[in-house]
Amino acid sequence: MSHPVIEASHLSLTFETNDGPVHALSDVSLDIQKGEFVSLIGPSGCGKTTLLRVIADLEQPSEGEININGMSPHEARLKRAYGYVFQAPALYPWRTIGKNIALPLEIMGYSKVEQAERVRKGLDLVNLTGFEKKFPWQLSGGMQQRASIARALSFDPDLLLMDEPFGALDEIVRDKLNEQLLRLWEMTQKTVVFVTHSIPEAVFLSTKIVVMSPRPGKIHDIITCDFPRDRTLDIRETPEFIDVANRVRQGLREGHSYVD
Amino acid sequence: MLTSLWQGKTLPVLVVCAIIAVFWYLGSIWLNADMQRMLFENNGQASYTTAELIEGTLSQEKPKLPTPGQILAELNKTVLETAPTSKRSLVYHGSVTISATLLGFLIGSMLGMGLAILVVHIKSLDRSLMPWVVASQTIPIIALAPMIVVIMNQFEVTGLIPKAVIAAYLSFFPVTVGMVKGLRSPDPLQLDLMRTYSASQWQTFLKLRVPASVPYLFTSLKVGVAASLVGTVVAELTKSEDGGFGARLLGGSYYGQTIQIWAALFAAAACAWVLVSLVGVVDRVVTKAMGARP
Ligand SMILES: Nc1ncnc2c1ncn2[C@@H]1O[C@H](COP(=O)(O)OP(=O)(O)O)[C@@H](O)[C@H]1O
Ligand SMILES: [Mg+2]
Repeated sequence: MSHPVIEASHLSLTFETNDGPVHALSDVSLDIQKGEFVSLIGPSGCGKTTLLRVIADLEQPSEGEININGMSPHEARLKRAYGYVFQAPALYPWRTIGKNIALPLEIMGYSKVEQAERVRKGLDLVNLTGFEKKFPWQLSGGMQQRASIARALSFDPDLLLMDEPFGALDEIVRDKLNEQLLRLWEMTQKTVVFVTHSIPEAVFLSTKIVVMSPRPGKIHDIITCDFPRDRTLDIRETPEFIDVANRVRQGLREGHSYVD
Repeated sequence: MLTSLWQGKTLPVLVVCAIIAVFWYLGSIWLNADMQRMLFENNGQASYTTAELIEGTLSQEKPKLPTPGQILAELNKTVLETAPTSKRSLVYHGSVTISATLLGFLIGSMLGMGLAILVVHIKSLDRSLMPWVVASQTIPIIALAPMIVVIMNQFEVTGLIPKAVIAAYLSFFPVTVGMVKGLRSPDPLQLDLMRTYSASQWQTFLKLRVPASVPYLFTSLKVGVAASLVGTVVAELTKSEDGGFGARLLGGSYYGQTIQIWAALFAAAACAWVLVSLVGVVDRVVTKAMGARP
């Protein structure tokens, strides 16, 4: 029997800060199966980034259990189980775009030929062909973020962790990348954990939407959506889509209710 | 035309030079006047015009403050008109100083980089070694240099090496400090990225820390090369028989040859400027290849 890709039970994480403890995660339990596309949505500060970082072994939970492919996050990280797209592009300024995309390949010991081939494919995938020799500062913020996506995909990880990857992009580019990401997911059967602020983005992309609420950061609701895998952006006009979007909005409001 | 000159560097620099020169000449007149009056007296010349006095102050053989003109004439004589092999040639002394400076700079920057790498990678060294590195620079080099020379002489290490050691002693410090700062400059996000690839410490060092440290390194290399030259000159004050700018300074002060002292000072400053500029050129070439914004 195969493990879920991500198996988190009763995760808590408290940051000790000078202003006292911050409960970034509290009793978070979540299973993600292979091939799922899971969006984390919620107001800022509700622990979306923290949860992603716990999965990636960049942060240690204070309590609870988490397994990635049946291993500890640490073992999974050593096995290079995931590709991580950070909120900021985090390209190395002294490397060209091509060399930035090749960075994980260099580290993982791919041959020069293989590197060149994968860089070419990656540039093509995110529509940056011709920018290989440019340095990051010569590209717009959106192009830089696309390069960072190509970098995370370059070594073909089965699990993609993406932290608001399209947050800084304009609507049109965002739509386009959403469709591309969906196609990629559809074709490759990758598992994706995707942090977003945008309800339409979450509903369009996901098989499962995790609505989180802040202080302490916890899961408020989990909404499944089962639109056909080959959906297109048109689906956003359908009543079913609007229905799911409303449920997500409702969940976010309830999570926020402490404000009133 | 005039505005474009102002926007460039040339005219402002020239104007500042001219202002300095004017004050310098005034200073020479003022400082050398007493001596000139005495000279007139000793020559039995009881009365003299102000013009004669001023003219005298500007052409003494051992003035308290030589004029820029006298210094330039001395530089012209000892740099251009004397054979470079002669011990009276500043080119000869310059080459002695520069070779020790470069060797010392090489040793110092290697040592500085090595120490920085150790300090950044071994936590205990950060606390145990860095205080010593800092303490080493609190000892006045002028006190330390003769001891180093004497001790090394004891072991029959003479000539270039003791001077280079002192130069290295002064130059390793800025390189260590700058390189430590540079190797630590990657931000948490850049480091996290390496972690997600489960890169080894060595890979993180080569592909992240080293390239990130380059701008810091060059800044400290510029300070280091100038410090090397100072160290070499100080060492030459101790060990003047081998020549060098320091030896010229010492010889000049021994015989009251102020013009010679000032000429050696200027030549040393010019050499430091050239060395720093050379490091600057390498800096620009490297940072350009590393994609720096022009
Ligand atoms: N390294 C840290 N140290 C202290 N507090 C942190 C740290 N990282 C995150 N936090 C806090 O944890 C909470 C959740 O943060 P985060 O996961 O970044 O939220 P989100 O990504 O949903 O906006 C916030 O209150 C944030 O200030
Ligand atoms: Mg976040």
